[in-house]
Amino acid sequence: MPPAPPEPAASRVATVSKVRVAVAEHALGAYVIAAEFLAGRPAFALGDGTVRLELGGVLETVRTHPTALLAAALSQDGATLYAGGDDGRLVAVHPDGTTEERAAVGRIWIDQVATGPNGAIGFAGGRNAWVIRPDGVLKTFAHPRSVGGVAFAPKGLRLAVARYDGATLWWAGTEAPAQQLEWKGMHAGITWSPDGKFLVTAMQENALHGWRVADGRHMRMTGYPAKVRSLSWSPKGRFLASAGANAAVLWPFHYKDGPMGRPPLELGYRDVFATRVACHPEDDVVAIGYIDGAIDAARIEDAAVVRLREPDGSPLSALAWDAEGGRLAFGGEGGAAGVIDLAG
Amino acid sequence: MAANPATATAASPAASPARIPVTVLTGFLGSGKTTLLNRILTEDHGKRYAVIVNEFGEVGIDADLLVDTDEEVFEMNNGCICCTVRGDLIRTVENLLKRKGAFDAILVETTGLADPAPVAQTFFMDDTVRAAAALDSVVAVADAKHLALRFADSKEAVDQIAFADAILLNKTDLVTPAELAEIERAIRAINPFATIHRTERCAIALDKVLDRGSFDLERILTLDPEFLHGEDHHHDHDHDDPNHVHGPDCGHDHHDHDHHHHDDHHHHDHVAAAGITSVSLTAGDLDPDRFFAWIGRITQEQGPNILRLKGILALKNDEDRYVLQGVHMIVEGDHQRPFKPGEPRLSRLVFIGRDLDPKALEAGFAACAA
Repeated sequence: MPPAPPEPAASRVATVSKVRVAVAEHALGAYVIAAEFLAGRPAFALGDGTVRLELGGVLETVRTHPTALLAAALSQDGATLYAGGDDGRLVAVHPDGTTEERAAVGRIWIDQVATGPNGAIGFAGGRNAWVIRPDGVLKTFAHPRSVGGVAFAPKGLRLAVARYDGATLWWAGTEAPAQQLEWKGMHAGITWSPDGKFLVTAMQENALHGWRVADGRHMRMTGYPAKVRSLSWSPKGRFLASAGANAAVLWPFHYKDGPMGRPPLELGYRDVFATRVACHPEDDVVAIGYIDGAIDAARIEDAAVVRLREPDGSPLSALAWDAEGGRLAFGGEGGAAGVIDLAG
Repeated sequence: MAANPATATAASPAASPARIPVTVLTGFLGSGKTTLLNRILTEDHGKRYAVIVNEFGEVGIDADLLVDTDEEVFEMNNGCICCTVRGDLIRTVENLLKRKGAFDAILVETTGLADPAPVAQTFFMDDTVRAAAALDSVVAVADAKHLALRFADSKEAVDQIAFADAILLNKTDLVTPAELAEIERAIRAINPFATIHRTERCAIALDKVLDRGSFDLERILTLDPEFLHGEDHHHDHDHDDPNHVHGPDCGHDHHDHDHHHHDDHHHHDHVAAAGITSVSLTAGDLDPDRFFAWIGRITQEQGPNILRLKGILALKNDEDRYVLQGVHMIVEGDHQRPFKPGEPRLSRLVFIGRDLDPKALEAGFAACAA
């Protein structure tokens, strides 16, 4: 059941100062699945089966799927956006607005897409996950029940798959046996720490679960009042930022044992839930999107908060920095999407 | 994990009128469920349905928003053994939400052998799903000719009937009036609160099963409490009162039928073996604090045995009718609408479950009176 939002503790509500930022915003009329910078160009992947590319304030519509786009991820070099749809097709979108079908797996809803090192692409739908290897070979990984999330290890062609009762770590380049990490429940959403030592899943319950990959040691990160739908690693993997609470919750991973026995930081405390988090690529700053559409940025060092976008009443559903950390692309469930330029 | 309904209502978007109505269709293979589903997919009823079917189904129509999934039931990690939900349904609804505006309502078909609890509980337990969609009604399609046999060999058949808000008793042309009366008695012994529609080849106006709002819930008010009280619900009713089958407000066809007494011990034994009991409680104004504490305790203690609970309540100093529904340990409540002028401030609460203690429930409910 949805928990009652805790009484806003006045002392915990961060002082929000305003900064001068330039916000360019569009009403796109469809659920924003992802907001990214495709070779520096703002790109919004929408639930209606299109990607909108911005150039000089003008939006170009690129159709990737006839009816619905369900997941999208930017390649690690930032030059390709991969979109999965309800037609079982994975489509690459290039910065010039051209598209290219990279895989077609039949009547399956592709609702998970991940990108990895050396151009690796992973995606999932139903009970299968697939990897398109750098050599172009499509490799299929079958599971007894549905896949909840996919993520590549920072090094090596290794795909982690969140599933029921744990995670499976597949090698996509070799026939080496998969590693199984068990924890009862439904795991949806998965992320690998940037050093590759930890794997963290977002559970159906309001909790994260983590494993130390080397020995499978468990980490339970609980106390969320809502499901955790967004995770982001701070530079060098010092903190794992998460949504699902009245603040961005940041677990410290710069200790040898990870966050075990240590309380998380809570940044950008408000009386509504955070729905998206995105850590700055270089500075210890996290951008936080809330269920009312507001966007704040919080500094990890002193918890100072600045307001970047005022609420519009629609849950924030997509948030990403550009490679330099000067601009923030965002989108909401209600179809609002735009770019915040922090250079003003 | 019974939530305090008062808190849940205040804290959640449950009251939002924008929640997408969900109809759950249960029924064994051969019951006519697929016929009904195909009609819903093809007929012009003014609504666009996203239809979630099970992958072993027989739907012959490739509709735009037809999704086939495998029923993936799992236990919530909350220490509650009856808190099972459908992971595939959560994922499918989450994906459907990404194409908001493409459909107006959701229909979920379950496999014939499915326990109806997890599908219903999914719409209460998962926050995302619950915020976006609301269980409108559970419709069971039953084969008049074979239902008695199903009762004999399948706990799921009994559960599906116990769970239903509406029951399509299909293939009525294949049984005699006496057999039909008998199977309705068997159904009523399990679930006296559901609306029964007698059909042939699922010929029914679709608005009788789709987008019902609280229409089927109202039935708990129209049933004669005297009839429901004082009966031993472990066994079937001994009298021939046709109203227990055809209440004046049932909204279904009044066929001519006999009330011959057959030797129906066969069916009764199985119903008794299933241990399904129903209890109907009536009061006037309730003290909300006492009531929510009591219903929370009852669902905590007896949740595994409670299949369905439904209520329309008058809470003290509250001008609105309060509607309540629950599955096992989960209860969800909401203010519905103001009492109309002259409408009696009546509280009615019904339970369907196994091994319920009517006397204890009556006493507990009576103690909640304002």
